[in-house]
Amino acid sequence: MKNLSDLKLGKKAVIDSFSDKELALKLMEMGCLPGERIYIERKAPLGDPIAVSISGYLLSMRKSEAETIFVNEIK
Amino acid sequence: MTFPQKIKVALVGNPNSGKTTLFNALTGLNQKVANFPGITVEKKVGACQISQLSSKNKVDTEFIDLPGTYSLYPKSVDESVSFKILCDSKNEHHPNVNIIIADASNLKRSLCLATQVIDLNTPCILALSMTDLTTADGVEIDIELLSKKLGIPVVPINARKKMGIGNLKQEIIQVINDFKAPNNFVDIKNLAPELIDTIQNEFTINSDYNAFQIACNYKAITGFSDTEKARFEKLTKELNFNPKRSQATETVRRYKAIDKLIELCVKYPEFSKNNSLTQKLDNILTHPVLGFGIFLSVLFLIFQAVFSWSEYPMELIDNGFAQLSQFVGNTLPEGVLNSLIVDGIIAGLGGIVIFIPQIAFLFAFIAILEDTGYMSRVSFITDRLLRGFGLSGRSIIPLLSGAACAIPAVMSARTIPNWKERIITIMVVPLMSCAARLPVYTLLISMMIPAEQKWLIFNLQGLTMMGFYLIGFVSAISIAWVMKYILKSKERGYFVMEMPTYKVPDWKTVGLTIFEKVKVFLIDAGKIIVAISIILWGLSSYGPSDTFQKIEEKYKYAEDAEVQIASEKLEASYAGIIGKSIEPVIRPLGFDWRIGISLITSFAAREVFVGTMSTIYSVGDADNTKSIREKLMSHKNPKTGEAFFTPAVALSLMLFYAFAMQCMSTLAIVFRETNSWKWPVIQFIYMSLLAYLASFAAYQILS
Repeated sequence: MKNLSDLKLGKKAVIDSFSDKELALKLMEMGCLPGERIYIERKAPLGDPIAVSISGYLLSMRKSEAETIFVNEIK
Repeated sequence: MTFPQKIKVALVGNPNSGKTTLFNALTGLNQKVANFPGITVEKKVGACQISQLSSKNKVDTEFIDLPGTYSLYPKSVDESVSFKILCDSKNEHHPNVNIIIADASNLKRSLCLATQVIDLNTPCILALSMTDLTTADGVEIDIELLSKKLGIPVVPINARKKMGIGNLKQEIIQVINDFKAPNNFVDIKNLAPELIDTIQNEFTINSDYNAFQIACNYKAITGFSDTEKARFEKLTKELNFNPKRSQATETVRRYKAIDKLIELCVKYPEFSKNNSLTQKLDNILTHPVLGFGIFLSVLFLIFQAVFSWSEYPMELIDNGFAQLSQFVGNTLPEGVLNSLIVDGIIAGLGGIVIFIPQIAFLFAFIAILEDTGYMSRVSFITDRLLRGFGLSGRSIIPLLSGAACAIPAVMSARTIPNWKERIITIMVVPLMSCAARLPVYTLLISMMIPAEQKWLIFNLQGLTMMGFYLIGFVSAISIAWVMKYILKSKERGYFVMEMPTYKVPDWKTVGLTIFEKVKVFLIDAGKIIVAISIILWGLSSYGPSDTFQKIEEKYKYAEDAEVQIASEKLEASYAGIIGKSIEPVIRPLGFDWRIGISLITSFAAREVFVGTMSTIYSVGDADNTKSIREKLMSHKNPKTGEAFFTPAVALSLMLFYAFAMQCMSTLAIVFRETNSWKWPVIQFIYMSLLAYLASFAAYQILS
């Protein structure tokens, strides 16, 4: 298990859990649920924020926010 | 269910779901934009008439466009407003019917909010937008089955092409007649059975889900009395209710149910075409070099275009008003009324109307950037840069809108969830060069730099204008950086945001945005400007006791002394007295009492400066046929006999207007947005100091 922010660009993973309860609610209502497949589609020019692909759409978030999402990489 | 005399319909949906396009298609120009009382959330209400098929009766229908949101949970003031309207049956906007807009290309996420709204037990219709996109991608949605499973009508729409709008209107009537509460899409009763029952009984709420939402969110909702809040607090404590855990459980259950539903109703093609066009565009538009290059070019294009394209209509308006004042001046009999209309009202109106072209062009660009989806990419590539200054990528939209007008920009800052980032954004937005500064800049630049002067291929006037936009932007982020260290906050900022797929802009939306902004400006700012123009006309046409009479007697036997009389009268008028009394303070900036008068009147709004200068200088202009620029250019410095408006004076004045908080309306908006006089007062003081120092330095160095 690792942080979403440590995931390599384009590597697919599955969301496991969240470390920030407040932010988790917001992420969940936007479709970031445990069990969903997720990958980093692109990074902003300065490496932060990142844009992740989740349930068919693009979501941008800061690296610090991505750090609160734990994922399991799909081997 | 009894049929209401007037149907109230709420439009609910995610951001970027096509909600506003649908609202425009349903109501057209028949809409009103105002604020909700007491708070500054934009209230968009529109109306239309729907004919009933069975009879020939037409039913008045009122639509309210609620702020875009991903769930019912009220996390911001916007969402709290939506929540209140949807959940409180006593609210004046509480709908008879909800139209839930679901983006078919993002069906799963759209259904989260949709099913929450359905569970509130109000008649609902699901309007399925973007079905053209899903069809093109080979996605098949079984609309009949979806409708059956959700228990509400589902209408595919394409608001841009006006497809499905008629069906939607008919369903509004139908759904009221046929309504029976569907089963809860997600059963949340077992999360807190006792609590939900108690709230339902004590507050007469018919839906489980509504009671559950109140239990979770009573603290964040405006409108509950203190006793009611205390009751909720006692109940939730006694029954050991954990709102966050319950919300999380609900969301997980909801998405599980939605997954099942989608599996039944939607067939995805084996190989889905990812939004390849969006990806290709993003490769370019968020590229480290190209992305910033394109963003800067877009900005450059906007400002060069706004400056030169709007020149032609502005000239037309300027000439039109000059002719109008000449015509009215010659037609009406000489006297007070003539003077009031020509020098007061027409001069003031001319000063407002002249700058419609610039507002229109600027908002056309901003609307296109928003509507295409490019604005969120701008946020994406600029977030890291702005964060260092205590702002976020979300501040870029208020900041850029500040280039049109600080008032809507300050209001748009409320989408920034973090308090500190929001306050900083609000505090620095008025430093951005707003459209109200344009007439001031335009006038002064045209006096400072000849129109034909060029640097390489660029018009030097245009470049100077762009320079002043840069000054605005640079000072805004510098002040933001300072405030980052002064303001203290424990709250964390969120940046989680959807990046919508690129779309061709909807021209109707662009057109309506322009129309709305021009209307707000003409009406809201216009009122102040005309009023000030009339007060000013009074101040400059009358003086204390018999001073005016004495001047007239003095020149009784002199011939051709009209100009002399007029200028002496102005100096002796109330306006002259005020202007002269502040002259010592503004002398070091290169300003005289005429500018002093204009500074005072333009506290109401910057553009009043041009109107005031025009009025002051037309008093001495016997025929009143010269343009304002000619009037100012011919003004001589009484001491040296040379032109008064030297480049040093013009530049000093421009800098003053770049920094000074010369806008009462912005201060009022900041007060409302921050709910305290503290912020507008700080803002006024720091901006005035900045203005004085900059003008002082510029004038002292250049002259």
